[in-house]
Amino acid sequence: MNPKPKRLSDRIRLDLEIIADLIETGSRVLDLGCGEGDLLAKLMKEKACNGQGIEIQDKNICACVEKGVPVIHADLDEGLREYPDNSFDYVILSRTLQVVKRPDFILKEMLRVGKIGIVSFPNFSALTVRSQLFFKGQMPVTKNLPYQWFNTPNIHLLTIKDFNAFCSQEAIAVLKQINLGTERKKGVLPDLLPNLFAHLAIFKIQGNAEPGIQ
Amino acid sequence: MEGKLNSHTEKNSVGIVRPQTYTFAHPPDALILENGERLGPVTLAYETYGKLNRNKTNAILITHALSGDAHVAGFHSKNDRKPGWWEFMVGPGKPFDTDDYFIICSNVIGGCKGSTGPTSINQKTGKPYNLDFPMITIGDMVNAQRHLIDEFGIRRLLAVAGGSMGGQQALQWAVAYPERVAGIIPIATTARLNVQGIAFDVVGRQAIYGDPEWKNGHYLDDNTLPAEGLAVARMLAHITYLSEDSMRKKFGRKRKTGHETVDFIADFEVGSYLRYQGESFIKRFDANTYLYITKAINYFDLAEEHGSLENAFRQVQSRFLILSFTSDWLFNTAQSREIVHALNVNKKDVSFCEITSSYGHDAFLLPNPIMERLVAGFLKSLRKSS
Repeated sequence: MNPKPKRLSDRIRLDLEIIADLIETGSRVLDLGCGEGDLLAKLMKEKACNGQGIEIQDKNICACVEKGVPVIHADLDEGLREYPDNSFDYVILSRTLQVVKRPDFILKEMLRVGKIGIVSFPNFSALTVRSQLFFKGQMPVTKNLPYQWFNTPNIHLLTIKDFNAFCSQEAIAVLKQINLGTERKKGVLPDLLPNLFAHLAIFKIQGNAEPGIQ
Repeated sequence: MEGKLNSHTEKNSVGIVRPQTYTFAHPPDALILENGERLGPVTLAYETYGKLNRNKTNAILITHALSGDAHVAGFHSKNDRKPGWWEFMVGPGKPFDTDDYFIICSNVIGGCKGSTGPTSINQKTGKPYNLDFPMITIGDMVNAQRHLIDEFGIRRLLAVAGGSMGGQQALQWAVAYPERVAGIIPIATTARLNVQGIAFDVVGRQAIYGDPEWKNGHYLDDNTLPAEGLAVARMLAHITYLSEDSMRKKFGRKRKTGHETVDFIADFEVGSYLRYQGESFIKRFDANTYLYITKAINYFDLAEEHGSLENAFRQVQSRFLILSFTSDWLFNTAQSREIVHALNVNKKDVSFCEITSSYGHDAFLLPNPIMERLVAGFLKSLRKSS
């Protein structure tokens, strides 16, 4: 058992800590849309991982380089051509699935270059989201989805049910599903009815493998 | 370049620097070149900035481009108005911070800025080498630099950094001496120049050897110069260093003369600018050296030498920061990505950024906040991990 890693900094989001817990020590990890590289820096420092980030914004690239996190400037919509098959133990896509042009393409790409994929996304069927649409008749704006319809980068919103359906359709094994409620904490309700009560979901997936162990 | 003129008294300049030389490979221990020929003695002109620490762990080698030299930063005298070619990058508090690092830059072997090259005196004949100078490669330039690094007693460089041909040397350092350099910063460069780039150099070389004053390379013996040929070569090359965008902003279609005149020499403003660039170049550069060095740039091909680019990088141990510029069509981003890919296949530690700039290939010689921040940050992280 690994000792519970202590909180790194306020900048590292709670869901990133949960993702970090899913990764084994000494792994080779690719983080798609790695931002300022906080997760990778944590994995490299605390879990002796060999990290690599992909990022599109130059300021974020600077922040990664300053932290000693290797980062490649690339557009995820163009795929992961730079990487050969199975070259990573884990590929992480944290809150980025909903902003890419072709989520199906990027999911296949991540499972091509990595043995295991970790995907997190805001659940669009969470009660607070549904009720805004139902009662106000307007596009929902929440903590996890803070944008207006006209300026949101989130162009492919999805629900937990959608993602599970996609995985079974594409023979993607779901190895683990973590449901987070408000304040991104685990709880009874999110686990009881995830599609209704989870605000954010984290999936550990594997391509074309034996049926998943839930 | 239009780097802003800094006074040598300014606080963040390295101030007045003294050019130095190091001579080695005295026969019979001549330097064995990649083509098997022997060359000696060999002199390298170099400059240093900052202080080498006691453990000799803070040394950075900067490698220069085709028409560059060892004078990276500072001034040669009190009246010297023009600083070195990377003044904004090297100095106290700058990315190559001379308060922290010891910076070395030497003129390449085969050059004409103080190092042994075609204009040097051949000790056997007492006359300039001219075309008797052996063909040199990027590998030879790096091997000669290694002698200088040995002379300083530096076991492992913190980094090797350079743009264009300087970037080719940085890559060669990583491949040839994997255990001797912690970080590699190749900027606006390539592991093998594309055929479009080679084509421009072929025409440039033809302008030189097609000039009757070239005299089969023996112009120095006849006290003349293929000035016209070298100027045209430079004018052509200069176009490839700019972008369409930067040329439009700088000159547009502005004319010096009207339609009705038959002044073919100075009609468009871009023409007189290029003409000026060509004419000032012949005062500071040698024609045979231009032939030798452009050929070294063109022949450099890590993929061909090692079977594939993936193979070339199999043994490297350094960390990489690779930079390209959006508007550089000569050493374009695709050529940098090819290097990134080959390093990725080998699971090496590599960072890459395509920096937004409208200045074309010349961008690496001009201040750019992202380039400066990346280089500074990368060097600091190297320092921390070494």
